[in-house]
Amino acid sequence: MAPPTSPPAEPTTTAAATGPTPSRRVNDDAAGLGTRRAAAFVAPALVLIAVFLVFPAVWTLYLGVTDYRLTGIAASDPKFVGTGNYTSVLGDEEFHSSLWLTLQFVVGSAVIGQTVLGFSVAWVMRDRSGPVRRLVEAVILLAWILPGSVIAFLWIALLDRDSGTLNALLGTPGTAWLLDHPMACIIVFNIWRGTAFSMMLYSAALGNVPPSHLETARLAGASTLQTLRDVVLPRIRGHILTSLLLVSLWTFNDFTPFLITAGGPDGKSEIMSVYVYRTALGDGRLGFGAAISLVMILINLVIALLYLRALRERRERDGGDGRGGRGGGGRRDGRERDGRGRRGHGRRGGRGKRRKGVAV
Amino acid sequence: MSVREVLRRIGLATFVSLVLGFFSLPLLWLAFTPFDSDPRISASLPDFTLHNFQVLMDNPYALASLRNSIILAAGAAALVVTCAALAAYALSRVRIPGRDVLLYVLLLLSSIITGTAAMVPIFLLAFNLNLIDSHLGVILVLTGGLLPAAIFVLKDFTDATPTSYEEAARVFGATPLQTLRHVVVPVIRPGLATVMVWTVAQVWGDFLMPFLLLRDPDKAPASVIMYTFYTEGGQPDLALISTFSLLYSLPVVGMYLFVSRRYGFRFHGGIKR
Repeated sequence: MAPPTSPPAEPTTTAAATGPTPSRRVNDDAAGLGTRRAAAFVAPALVLIAVFLVFPAVWTLYLGVTDYRLTGIAASDPKFVGTGNYTSVLGDEEFHSSLWLTLQFVVGSAVIGQTVLGFSVAWVMRDRSGPVRRLVEAVILLAWILPGSVIAFLWIALLDRDSGTLNALLGTPGTAWLLDHPMACIIVFNIWRGTAFSMMLYSAALGNVPPSHLETARLAGASTLQTLRDVVLPRIRGHILTSLLLVSLWTFNDFTPFLITAGGPDGKSEIMSVYVYRTALGDGRLGFGAAISLVMILINLVIALLYLRALRERRERDGGDGRGGRGGGGRRDGRERDGRGRRGHGRRGGRGKRRKGVAV
Repeated sequence: MSVREVLRRIGLATFVSLVLGFFSLPLLWLAFTPFDSDPRISASLPDFTLHNFQVLMDNPYALASLRNSIILAAGAAALVVTCAALAAYALSRVRIPGRDVLLYVLLLLSSIITGTAAMVPIFLLAFNLNLIDSHLGVILVLTGGLLPAAIFVLKDFTDATPTSYEEAARVFGATPLQTLRHVVVPVIRPGLATVMVWTVAQVWGDFLMPFLLLRDPDKAPASVIMYTFYTEGGQPDLALISTFSLLYSLPVVGMYLFVSRRYGFRFHGGIKR
């Protein structure tokens, strides 16, 4: 499809470069390691991973089909109960409500809250420097890096019924935020806690949007929303998808809400991580808890696989340089790269022109 | 300046102030209360005193828990860095079939088998291995979860270093371990430092694993002791909680400042917990 000029030559050179290097490495084995010693080097890490990471996951499968308990007869001699735990988990009222609360928590705090707030801050701060930007970034980062149990108490103090700072500020003494609105509290808390990641990621991503495109949009009189939709969004779409999946995965596995509300009052903020703790270690129903564990691991697996797929697609799309020009996605890139290569800086390459048209 | 421009500026300033207020409001308590002679639950400008730190020193659990945190963080960091460096070096230099797939699968596993999702089997495993109430148990469990990402990061660093140094060392008769220690380690030191700081930060803040695996309060690290300070027994001692929070938080902030000064805060997406 592309004329046999420099761009298609690129893949061949890279292929030629990557081709012989590994094989030379094998033959030479620079450090004289040898396969056996190499295996000995890898072994400690693999053993630790196998015992403390992989084995627990596999064991979950077995535990989930037993009536394992922390104490009593079932502790010493667990019985096989087949899929009993799974059917009772899936039919459990509390499981359903916990799943629903978890969905609210993840969508509300990670997918909407952290992403929108993190992007807004990154967008507003994009071409600023100086004390204001440093201060904003410092407090947001501080919220992210401080230990969870310290942060949890800071929020308990903030929301305290009798003399919390929030009530003093709003002039609403006696409002028990944590009892009246537990879900809202942990959602806002988690937005506060995790926005730093989205902010940093989108700051980096916005660096990839050529300033000339923004300038063109501004000159064409595009509003901020139009600029975001037509100039910025196409450039950072891959980042949005991967970061959404990543923050969802983290938020789903977050245990910090336990430190603030402990699932209460009355299970009204009992998200999945708290629910599994209470049933398995609080009530001692380990078999039942293992069945919930497996459900959680499966949910994690789905999010992680989606993440890997999004990442691969993004790599094929953006990182197509050198390798590209093969798949359907690569073709568009190939054209753009050709444009870039021929017109020097190529800032006004095919894509930019089209976008400008849309923006007007 | 047009009206629209003025409105835009006002809007921006409002947004920035709201963000600043939202994020700093909970932090004010941590900044002021430790030095307040009358520590209260609401944040207020302090009537300066250092007496609260005396309360902290007198508490039998406070300093011991910080020592426990140091033991856990140092143990896990040493184990993670050593095992990851050995494995990353070998995987980078010797071609094993299916190596890349193996690395990706391990990374995938470490992100889906989190402490939260796998707390039941991890607790039972520690119980059956007699690792309940032992620092070693917590260190091993945390190390297992952190290793895949650590290997991944370090392999990037070793892949980027030329093999010619090692060839030279070999010519002079160095054994592979000597080569690793005296040639490779100095070259990949930034990578080792990154992984070490990351591990320490993870373990220092971790609450769930020590909460799950340590029953004896004498062995509990700061994260768990902090939690018991405000959940157990009547009126929380605010002088103690505030000073302890500050002391427990400072190392993380210091480490962050150190890393961002020394290496520039590079963005390693996907590495947080």
